[in-house]
Amino acid sequence: MSEYRLIGKNYTTPDLVAKVTGKAKYAEDYRADGMLFCKLLLSPMPHARVRRIDTSRALAMAGVKAVLTAEDFPPVKVDQTGLKPEQALTNEPVYHGEPILAVAAVDEVTAADAIERIVLDLEPLPFVVDPLASLRPNGANARLEGNVYVNREIKTLKWTEQDFADAKLGKLPMGKAADEWGFGDIDAGFKQADLILDETFVVPSTGHQPLEPRSAMAYWQNGKLYLHGSTQSVVRTVASVAGWVGVDPSQVVIISEYTGGAFGSKISGTHSMAIPALLSKKTGQPVMMRLSREEEHYIGRARAGMQARARVGFRKDGRVTAMDFYVVMDNGPYSPQGDAQSAGRVASLAYQPMAMRFRTVAVLTNTPPRTSQRSPGGMQANAILEPILSQAARKLGIDQVAMRRLNAPAGKALYGPLVDGKQHYVTSSFVKQALDRGEKLFNWQERKQRSGKRRGSKVTGVGVAVSPYVGGSIGFDGLLTIRPDGKLHIQSGVGNLGTHSVIDVTRVAAEVLGMPWDKCEVVWGNTANHLPWTCISAGSQTTHAMTRANYAAAMDAKRKLQEIAAKDLGGNPGDYDIGNQRVFRKGNTSRGLSFAQAARRAIKLGGLYDGHELPKDINAFTKTSATALAGLGLMGVAKDNYPRDGDTYSYVIGFAEVEVDVETGAYTLLDYLAVADVGTVLHPRSLGGQLLGGSMLGMGHAISQKWVYDQQYGVPLAKRFHHNKPPTILDFPVKAGWDALNIPDPETPVGARGVGEPPVGAGFGAVLTALADAVGDEVFRRAPVTADVILASLEAGHRMHDPLTAHL
Amino acid sequence: MAVIRDVMPAFELFQPANTHDALVLLDRYGRDAWVLAGGLDSFDWLKDRIKRPRVVVDLGGIQELAGIKSAAGGLEIGAMTTLTEVVRHEVVNEKYSILLKAAEAAASPQIRNQGTIGGNVSQDTRCWYYRGGWDCYRAGGNICYADTPTAINREHAIFGADRCVAVSPSDTAPALIALDARMVIQSVGGERVLDAEDYFIGPGTDITRMNVLKPGELLTAIRLPATWAGSQFYFEKVADRKVWDFPIMNVASALVAPGGSIERVRLAVNGVAARPLRLKTVEDALRGKKCGEETAEMAGQLAIQGAEPLAHNAFKIPLMRNLVKRAIRETGMLALARAGAA
Repeated sequence: MSEYRLIGKNYTTPDLVAKVTGKAKYAEDYRADGMLFCKLLLSPMPHARVRRIDTSRALAMAGVKAVLTAEDFPPVKVDQTGLKPEQALTNEPVYHGEPILAVAAVDEVTAADAIERIVLDLEPLPFVVDPLASLRPNGANARLEGNVYVNREIKTLKWTEQDFADAKLGKLPMGKAADEWGFGDIDAGFKQADLILDETFVVPSTGHQPLEPRSAMAYWQNGKLYLHGSTQSVVRTVASVAGWVGVDPSQVVIISEYTGGAFGSKISGTHSMAIPALLSKKTGQPVMMRLSREEEHYIGRARAGMQARARVGFRKDGRVTAMDFYVVMDNGPYSPQGDAQSAGRVASLAYQPMAMRFRTVAVLTNTPPRTSQRSPGGMQANAILEPILSQAARKLGIDQVAMRRLNAPAGKALYGPLVDGKQHYVTSSFVKQALDRGEKLFNWQERKQRSGKRRGSKVTGVGVAVSPYVGGSIGFDGLLTIRPDGKLHIQSGVGNLGTHSVIDVTRVAAEVLGMPWDKCEVVWGNTANHLPWTCISAGSQTTHAMTRANYAAAMDAKRKLQEIAAKDLGGNPGDYDIGNQRVFRKGNTSRGLSFAQAARRAIKLGGLYDGHELPKDINAFTKTSATALAGLGLMGVAKDNYPRDGDTYSYVIGFAEVEVDVETGAYTLLDYLAVADVGTVLHPRSLGGQLLGGSMLGMGHAISQKWVYDQQYGVPLAKRFHHNKPPTILDFPVKAGWDALNIPDPETPVGARGVGEPPVGAGFGAVLTALADAVGDEVFRRAPVTADVILASLEAGHRMHDPLTAHL
Repeated sequence: MAVIRDVMPAFELFQPANTHDALVLLDRYGRDAWVLAGGLDSFDWLKDRIKRPRVVVDLGGIQELAGIKSAAGGLEIGAMTTLTEVVRHEVVNEKYSILLKAAEAAASPQIRNQGTIGGNVSQDTRCWYYRGGWDCYRAGGNICYADTPTAINREHAIFGADRCVAVSPSDTAPALIALDARMVIQSVGGERVLDAEDYFIGPGTDITRMNVLKPGELLTAIRLPATWAGSQFYFEKVADRKVWDFPIMNVASALVAPGGSIERVRLAVNGVAARPLRLKTVEDALRGKKCGEETAEMAGQLAIQGAEPLAHNAFKIPLMRNLVKRAIRETGMLALARAGAA
């Protein structure tokens, strides 16, 4: 590692000063001449059909310019799911708060006043907000077309009264599943078990709640849409916006230099971007849509909650012999979500059961749309299963860390369902080393001694959790130019969603080319600025995918430098090396060209050297961008074609200590440690930010964050921060630290994997297991674990919370 | 009329420079006027377009309503004094530290910089049905949505339900009751002064209001008498988050026990009823008792007599018992320590 100049070193990202001084411009900071504002009319019912909309009184108001409804959108067809895909406005709202129309006016007050003058005639339709309620024999369907997804197609599924017999006992009923997979001999696994635990657990649905709502501003120029928006992935937002608005992707420019958080809720932009875009088209004026927190709560996406049950068999030594895992997933009202399947895969990887059966049913509900939220499914698996592992360890008298170590994945560990008779495997895993590292750094053994012992009304507990998640994809493009002034321009199509990856990945190109960082210009945030085909910034792909792509582009540039030198100075390209911003003859550094000279030569040579000829295998998007940059210097452009054996996963181990006041149920997170197995460390400071920030998101699920619905009315009650309670900075552990193994992944050139997702389940699981350690296994089987849950259960001597109902 | 929330509508704004002008405006506009102090409660109502006053009277420019001064051996706190100023005040710290703790427990630093003590005690309930614009009793309708079979009412009342089960969200209110504070209320007709506990009202008295203020009236100051200065104090708040949260419950007590025997005590709990409850029966039972675990236990048990839980808030009963127990136990221990030192 030590030979790297830039990789693994802290530095100040070029976007940082603007951010901390407030000069950074987010979508809603932009203004354009004649700009209008729009506001939304949201459905007051959880499911309804629009019979009639009378906008006449609104449109008659001074300053009101236009009303946009679902009719103004490009028509969409029923897709393979059996449903029409979600659009930003609808005539059949399927959740309370779904936008029905938008009004554009000269200012927001006028637009809001206009909305109050609109007469909306809705026909109420059946609705349901709890998945289990929909599965009951006479339960309502969230959609007219059905209530569950079977193989990603909507169907109707009802369980029998018999199936629900267990519900009275607080156990998840397990009727017919929609999907099932497994491996090994599950019956033999349970036969081998010395201890079998069977637990039900409820994980809440939670809003993503980024601080920046999905505000957007749009205008059209010469038939081209310019959209200032908040998105995770700049390049990968073009096609989705084009689809939502109904234009060719070549006619869309996305500007998003800064995004105030997203956590999975703005992966390829947001459906709602179409509203200002289409209103702008309709009015011929720029339109700004600033979303309120109320609106963001509704359309800002949410994590799929789970009502789950796991029967897990353990050998005396703690080894997991069998896992029978059943997940009822709250899918929300739209497209099928992957959380449940991810939960199954993560469970199989994290705990390496000798045999496993995974069953799931994704139930549609009339609640806001779900999408991936940081560690989708993985976090839920940690929440459901870590407390079971902890309980087993206590019952078997085994140390919690030793228990995880015994079951940890190692090397090219197998995981997930059988595909053509075989399980997939990961590129690498060093979880045992991470557990060892954490055990020492956290003084685990010492803390363990004091846990569970009362001091006055206080008692502490320690917990640990192993959280894997997908950590990278492959096959994207890198694009850079060495300019005649000797500078290196690196194009980054990554979104600037707060992780620094937009810049961090480009350091690899600078590293390969030996460029001083102050001679590098990173271009990002605007698709008019010629960006390469890039992965979506989701699923922790970016660091892995785009370090590879930048590596490929830099290697391409290096090869071209060597070729130019050989052409001009004789010999073979292989006789030349690069360094100190020069390409030079090996063994004779004075014989060579500066990068600036080589850039000028590349322009003169043209063809492949300056981008006039391009590799055949790069994406069309990259081709367009590279063509625009052709002739500006020596171009490095390439697709990542590096081999990879296995699926890339990253791992974070969370260690937590909590202190519970048993007289009130209130508790404090005393200490937390995240140990990362994420390959080569690219940028320590941003890695630390990701580890602790991601952990905090998970801890929020453990301690306070929730959704609340009144089931009778299908209406959410906890719409504001002080109701849905994302954690605050003072809820963060009193002390917190992180460390990383820094062992390169063997299946990628730089060795770096992604880190966004896995800290979340580590934080969640570690806090839950620490709480159970402090107050016992009989206190909670749902999250968040609030003071009332702890106090009521301790008072009664057994679990007192509602065991199954969603959205409490 | 379609509904839209979270966008403030236009209204007529008055920014009087003195109390007299404010009272004249409040008298003139009566029910059409809305009193704006720090704005933390008001702006939520206004932005959600649920309360639609024609006129807003902003007290922010009235200097005589802000600040803390000595009065009659105690303190007089202007209603527009920010919670931060209360927290930072030297005499509050020295003699009325229970109020410091209560004020510091409220909301978040930013909100305390803006929020006033008058606003903190006068704010409306945070019942999420009522605040969500449901047409409940408190909003003029004829149902309590928080007390139906499907209602989610973890944060609601265990005492004093009368059609409405909402609770008072104030952190400073129980501390002021424990300190036997006086609330100074002015109108164009003159001034009246009430005991803090009488400032707050339950739904049985008026279901649409949380306090005695009638249209045209203004809480101008809060007086802390010398009676309880420097006695043994306890304040504790239980909430879901460490900051920026309303109480699930809080407790405040002031106790004087020379020689370890309770001479006088005041005790109040909030988050259990529509008004902060002064626990008079417990106070009476404590008088003359020896400080200690047994007495504290008795206080806790007595405090919860008559509590009636809803579907999701039975935990409030042991919580209240334990908080009262702790308040008496801790103040008792302080008293014993003082007695020992003397």
